[in-house]
Amino acid sequence: MSVNSRPVVFLVLAVVVISAGTMITTFIPLFAGTTYEKIEGITPYSPLEVVGRDVYVREGCNNCHTQTVRPLKFETDRYGDYSRGGEFQYDRPFQWGSKRTGPDLAREGGKYPDSWQYQHFRDPRSLVPESNMPAYAWLVDEKIDPAYTEKKMKTLGFPYTPEDISALSDKSEMDALVAYMQKMGADWKKMNAKPVAAVSAPAPGENPYAGNEAAIKEGEEIFEANCAACHGERLTGGIGPDLVDDEWLFGGADKDIFTSINGGRPNGMPPFGSTLGDDKIWKVVSFIKSSHAKGHEASEHH
Amino acid sequence: MDPGVKYEYDVVKGFALSALVWGAVGVLIGLLIAFQMVYPQLNFPPYLTFGRLRVVHVNGLAFGFGLGAIFSMFYYMTQRLAKAPLPFPKLAQVHLWLFNAAIVAAAVTLLMGYSQAKEYAELEWPLDIGVVIIWVMFATNIIGTVIKRKEPYMYVSLWYILATVVTVAVLYIGNNLAIPVGAFKSYPVYAGVDDANVEWWYGHNAVGFVFTTPILAMFYYVLPKATGAPIFSHRLSLLGFWGVVFAYLWTGAHHLVYTPVPNWIQTTAIVFSIFLIAPSWASVVNGYYTMEGRWSQMKDNYLIKFIILGITFYGLQVIQGPSQAIRAISQVVHYTDYIPGHVHMGTMGWVTLTISAMLYYAIPRMYNTEIYSIKIANAHFWLVLVGQLIFSITMWVTGIGQGLMMMEHSPDGSLAYSFIDAIRFNKPFWTMRAIGGVIYFAGFVLFIYNIVMTVRSGKGEKAA
Repeated sequence: MSVNSRPVVFLVLAVVVISAGTMITTFIPLFAGTTYEKIEGITPYSPLEVVGRDVYVREGCNNCHTQTVRPLKFETDRYGDYSRGGEFQYDRPFQWGSKRTGPDLAREGGKYPDSWQYQHFRDPRSLVPESNMPAYAWLVDEKIDPAYTEKKMKTLGFPYTPEDISALSDKSEMDALVAYMQKMGADWKKMNAKPVAAVSAPAPGENPYAGNEAAIKEGEEIFEANCAACHGERLTGGIGPDLVDDEWLFGGADKDIFTSINGGRPNGMPPFGSTLGDDKIWKVVSFIKSSHAKGHEASEHH
Repeated sequence: MDPGVKYEYDVVKGFALSALVWGAVGVLIGLLIAFQMVYPQLNFPPYLTFGRLRVVHVNGLAFGFGLGAIFSMFYYMTQRLAKAPLPFPKLAQVHLWLFNAAIVAAAVTLLMGYSQAKEYAELEWPLDIGVVIIWVMFATNIIGTVIKRKEPYMYVSLWYILATVVTVAVLYIGNNLAIPVGAFKSYPVYAGVDDANVEWWYGHNAVGFVFTTPILAMFYYVLPKATGAPIFSHRLSLLGFWGVVFAYLWTGAHHLVYTPVPNWIQTTAIVFSIFLIAPSWASVVNGYYTMEGRWSQMKDNYLIKFIILGITFYGLQVIQGPSQAIRAISQVVHYTDYIPGHVHMGTMGWVTLTISAMLYYAIPRMYNTEIYSIKIANAHFWLVLVGQLIFSITMWVTGIGQGLMMMEHSPDGSLAYSFIDAIRFNKPFWTMRAIGGVIYFAGFVLFIYNIVMTVRSGKGEKAA
């Protein structure tokens, strides 16, 4: 082949050959603007969220966490609605990730209250004992540079107010990172506010395990693994409310508690329907009610 | 033979020794992060946390070790195949110096968190500019040598060398376009879906043109040299080369299966990934058929097992990889340890065994001596082979485990496993993998020792 005796021709040919896939799969769609649909309800990041996102980038969170929910049932059951292209239109760089050493974060926004996020960053194992995530407590002491952040906002072309910028001076990088956590997927959630798909959608029937000692024991184990981190080992609360006092935010009947656990509640109770299922939830309900009753017995003897 | 040609070997030697140093550092960091995954107490914020260290590991090995060895052996092979010395030897010296400075700067800046967080393209914009300058220097000497060659016909290794030089330039510049906002901070010009598509056009072709074409150049050089046999089929070489160089560029989006990147781009990438098996195996077939009638050399010549196991892992790699692109399989293994398992068969198996063969071949010749110890070379071989197999196999098992656990539903329709259940399953395999890494590192240390002792036994430069 004579091209193998003509290096310049060879080089030109190589460039032409590598350009085919390059142009067709990557750059033509990019310039044609056909790679995703813009979504009106998705808003740019605020100054605090930009700082938080840049902390995420700096710390390499991308190496253990992903930010894209796949359109597969087992995935949407676990993480929520699958990701749409337009949700990422302000992400520079994108942070979809390649590996889940930790869970996907695309719909992290609003999943847990701020207090959960703060505690988890400070000491992951205090909430998830078997976690291998590094501790980021030191971020609490890292200050934010308001002028530099303003420069970032201008470079990114995101809107902001002078108040947004001045408010940064008494926030830490930890505040920023938590703000970013709460932003992820929040716009899509707002746009699509509807009851979270529960394993059993209509109002639940009666508690099949009321007073059942074996079920209560199982419920205790499930509670330990899934609920104690926020509601306390003795159910006396913490990040989440006290479950053995007389105040029931959403009703204290068995079916009310079931609904709270199954579908979640505003301000920080995540839904556990798809991860636990009806049977386990009823057992937890029985355990909570039994603990609540025991608490009353104990107090009556005073 | 080429009497009277005075080849420039100083930079070849300089890059080879630099590569070995960066290799040792990179593998050590790999050991640390492997243990951090099991013992998170081994994270020492802010610099020595997994999120920052993983990036230093990848860059240190891909660029410090990989590119260091590639620069070394490209300068070696190109001169000898062209029968002409480097036209600008002083430029090559500057290249060597700048390269090492850049790797140090890379490690320092990445530990400080100055990262773009785009995989294998984390270096921030001042270093990107440095990389471009370094690459232009390199390209000048390589292309210059080929143009001034005394041997008119370009051997197959030179095709791979030229394709590498030109494609890496296009990829690196394309994916690193960014707007600076601070001394070491920038934002990519691309956003979201487009950034993802460009990143993985780059990322998979970094595999194609840093971990594949340069190593094939070495393979095609050292196999005939070590065996004394001609490559089996020139036609296969041609088909293999043009097939690989054409097809790789379409495959990037196999990293984006089931993401919001348009479905047709994903499907195209999957199809081309499967297609890529054919031209890749052209080289595997070439390798095995070149050995026909000479398989006893596996026993007699210590070098041959490095080369043949290397190309074998390449053959396995280019089947496993495309299979991962298939949607049904991607569902299970994407985002799990299966992927690092795949990566490390390629890097520790194919890439590093072939680089080892090339260095074991070239170093004694340049220093006018024999390899210091064949026994140590053999021990090196078995240690890195066992270490790498432990790494890959444990990660495939844990990856499939995590993947399947995440997919499973209980009879009542709820998810059977929580996320942390999968992590609990992974942990013992992570421990085994870390031990595999220790074994691998022991082999790598023996390799460095053998090379250093060979250098020290050198009897001064040959005339040609």
